[in-house]
Amino acid sequence: VLGLGLVGLLVAPATRAAGADRSAAMPALAAPAPVAPTVSAEDRRILHTLSRLTYGARPGDLERVRAMGVLAWIDRQLRPGTIDDGPTERALAELPTLRRPIPELLRDFPRPDPRLRAQIASGEMSRQEMMERYPIEKRPARIAAELGAAKVVRAVTSERQLEEVMVEFWFNHFNVFAGKGDVRWYVSAYEREAIRPHAMGKFPDLVRATAHHPAMLFYLDNWLSARPDYRVLAGPNRGRKAGLNENYARELMELHTLGVDGGYTQADVTEVARAFTGWTIDRPQTSGHFIFRPGMHDTGEKIVLGHRIRAGGGRDDGERVIEILTRHSATARHVATKLVRRFVSDAPPPGLVARVAGTYTSTGGDIPLMLRTIFESPEFYGEAAYQAKIKKPFEFVASAVRALGGTTDARGGMALARASAEIGEPLYQAQPPTGYADRAEVWVNAGALLARMNFALGLALGRYPGVSVELGALVAGADPSSPAAVLDRLLASIVADQAGPRTRAVLAAQLSEPQITRLTPDDRGPANTDVAKLAALVIGSPEFQRR
Amino acid sequence: MITRRTFVKAGGCALVAYAGAPRFLLRTARAAEASGKVLVAVFQRGAVDGLSMVTPFGDPGYAGVRPSIGLQAPRRGESERAADLDGFFALHPALAPLLPLWSSRTLAVVHACGSPDTTRSHFDAQDYMETGTPGVKATPDGWLARAVGARPAKSSPFRAVAMGPGLPRTLQGDVGAISMQSLDRFDVRAGSDASARAGFESLYEQGVRDLLHGTGRETFDAVKMLRSARASRLPPANGADYPRAPFGEALRQIAQLIKADVGLEVAFADMQGWDTHVGQGAERGQLALRLRDFGGALTAFARDLGDKMADVVVLTMSEFGRTVAENGNRGTDHGHATAMLALGGGVRGGRVYGRWPGLERHQLFEGRDLAVTTDFRSLFSEVATRHLGVPAAPLFPGFRSTEPPLGILA
Repeated sequence: VLGLGLVGLLVAPATRAAGADRSAAMPALAAPAPVAPTVSAEDRRILHTLSRLTYGARPGDLERVRAMGVLAWIDRQLRPGTIDDGPTERALAELPTLRRPIPELLRDFPRPDPRLRAQIASGEMSRQEMMERYPIEKRPARIAAELGAAKVVRAVTSERQLEEVMVEFWFNHFNVFAGKGDVRWYVSAYEREAIRPHAMGKFPDLVRATAHHPAMLFYLDNWLSARPDYRVLAGPNRGRKAGLNENYARELMELHTLGVDGGYTQADVTEVARAFTGWTIDRPQTSGHFIFRPGMHDTGEKIVLGHRIRAGGGRDDGERVIEILTRHSATARHVATKLVRRFVSDAPPPGLVARVAGTYTSTGGDIPLMLRTIFESPEFYGEAAYQAKIKKPFEFVASAVRALGGTTDARGGMALARASAEIGEPLYQAQPPTGYADRAEVWVNAGALLARMNFALGLALGRYPGVSVELGALVAGADPSSPAAVLDRLLASIVADQAGPRTRAVLAAQLSEPQITRLTPDDRGPANTDVAKLAALVIGSPEFQRR
Repeated sequence: MITRRTFVKAGGCALVAYAGAPRFLLRTARAAEASGKVLVAVFQRGAVDGLSMVTPFGDPGYAGVRPSIGLQAPRRGESERAADLDGFFALHPALAPLLPLWSSRTLAVVHACGSPDTTRSHFDAQDYMETGTPGVKATPDGWLARAVGARPAKSSPFRAVAMGPGLPRTLQGDVGAISMQSLDRFDVRAGSDASARAGFESLYEQGVRDLLHGTGRETFDAVKMLRSARASRLPPANGADYPRAPFGEALRQIAQLIKADVGLEVAFADMQGWDTHVGQGAERGQLALRLRDFGGALTAFARDLGDKMADVVVLTMSEFGRTVAENGNRGTDHGHATAMLALGGGVRGGRVYGRWPGLERHQLFEGRDLAVTTDFRSLFSEVATRHLGVPAAPLFPGFRSTEPPLGILA
């Protein structure tokens, strides 16, 4: 099936006449690249499903899903608890901070002694001395670094791919920035306790869990928010007025629930902020858990979106607000829009958004059922959605490793997390509460594109410690003395024969480059550097940037 | 040379005309760009203490509230102390290399400048300053990107460049801004093997007209332009000596882009480490070390560019200032207004601009911080209009200055 001869493709080589303006030779408006005819409609459906519900297809995934049936495979992904994921769990055991509770992290990863910094600055202490007194693996930044490595390991190896996709999606929806103050000690617990347990559950539970979590309370300043006449009772700010802080209230409505056009007013923001006064953090630097402090709470009546919350409700005021917001039709629409943007297209089809919002409303925000509404829709499998999304940097990195049949240990996870950062997406480091954008324009720029190509080269050449790729297995069976056969195998395994004719022609033309055709069948076998270079070109190709 | 920007702006019909543009026309366009103005925006991330950078020694409220970190009043002939600028303000001694630029009236200060938004959150305040929309987080693009977009379309891939790992908020938007870590690394790094680079380039140079291919072509245009301009080989001129630190490196490379005439219009660089809650220091210490790198890089940049500085303005900014009084850790906490610098051709320097709000307790914002008397958008608007020649209204939506213009640019 895959034996599409390269000879035919060489008809249109990329002419490189010196001095000619190459752009002049370009057709003004080229039709979208047709899909190689070797892919059947059913395989196309499977490949599309894999590209959206996973971090990219691995070699053999197509065949596995074909054997199981795509609907059965989706069903299974929607029930991650039924999928064994032992190998991933074992790989994560190398990352000790991952499962540790906040008080232990606060104790074992103390904040830098301010005097150290002053001593460095004044020259009293050498940098080396400081590194010994305060080694990198003892610094709080280690927590987010291990969490980033874990994210990579899970994306690359977990069998519960859809769940991982959703954990990333919801973390980003309820974003916290690991670089803001005490969040650096809270961030791993946040994903573990507030996001992951509900990623495939009910949306209102996500809102509740994040609203109570110290990471969110700190990140959006609600822990400081108090009734207007409140004065700080103890600590360095004793006696200082600590008034209302609207930060969380605003983002809760604008980003987490109703959406920016959700119909709330500034008065609603203030009322919601009043309702959440007293939701704070108990001893942020030693304990770091949620506590309600009645003394900070504004006990008066609140009116939120027309709903009356009676005076004296105390802690329940906030719970009541979450109920009002998560039952609102604007929330259903907002959540549906973001899900459809993630799984279907940067421009979410309104009809599908309305149906997913309907599922939200009729099921109380049941996430698997909303996803099912998407996966069973004609829009999901429509021509307009096919290969329509640009992979975010992290998605690109993970999918490249997967496409090359790669594996990674914890150290490799760190290296790959740095690669994602170099391409523009440092993990857990999105500063604004909007999280990272899910639109192509944000991720496609010159430096980032070069970084993708350089990553492709580094990965295929095995330059990331702890990451191994299986180029030999990818091209197994191809006659190593025939570059054309090797290229055919690579295209089949990495982009499942979905490369456009241009890409095929360009790669075929590359085979005439002496540095490529140096391909030798003797000493190093098929997995020599030349195969690596061809593989890198495929990973860096326009087709592979899409999903 | 078709770019994504012209494609987006002109629509499909214009493509045929552009696609066949002969090389000599492009060269002409490039020559016109080369004579253009350049704005270099510098962000001091972490909130710089404007009261140390440019000290109001003439304000009677200053000395008392900063017993261990306050700067001593200047005294003639004592270079260890801050340098008197105008009898009221003095420049931190670590910024002394900038003094000749002050004397030659190419350096100006805007004091008590900041945001009308009262947030003391670094990330919110940075976001507001970079988008140019205080209090509004939904703004999709940055004000610098909008400034480039408001200028006539040009073909250079280097119109807007940020030195750093990612595109800063202020350059996000549909102007194809480039971010790069270094000029040397802005290439396909395949060692001596040119075939990988050629391969990637061919993959993107033909095919469908979409964002990805368009950006790919722009990228390789930029790579080639940079390589042929040999920008990264241009040594600092006039004996300029950049501090060997990330900020100095960034400015050195921005100067290379300017000297290489690649069509740069807006450049961005940032510098971290201004969040001096603890052990800030006075004439010497932690903050002084940061200022030495900061001032050293600015000075080297101006010297390196020489006559070319006539077309360049450097504008420094920081998300907010710091508390007037020092805290219990010999540092300062998050405050409100700070000082910003403008440097370069057309700057009416040798002056501290802005109304001084005073440091008496009743004059402070919320009883603790330097009050904002110049909205940062007033300053940014003037620079955008006077230097880049773009209207300010679309850059700062909803902003109408209630203050008279600063008149900081000729």
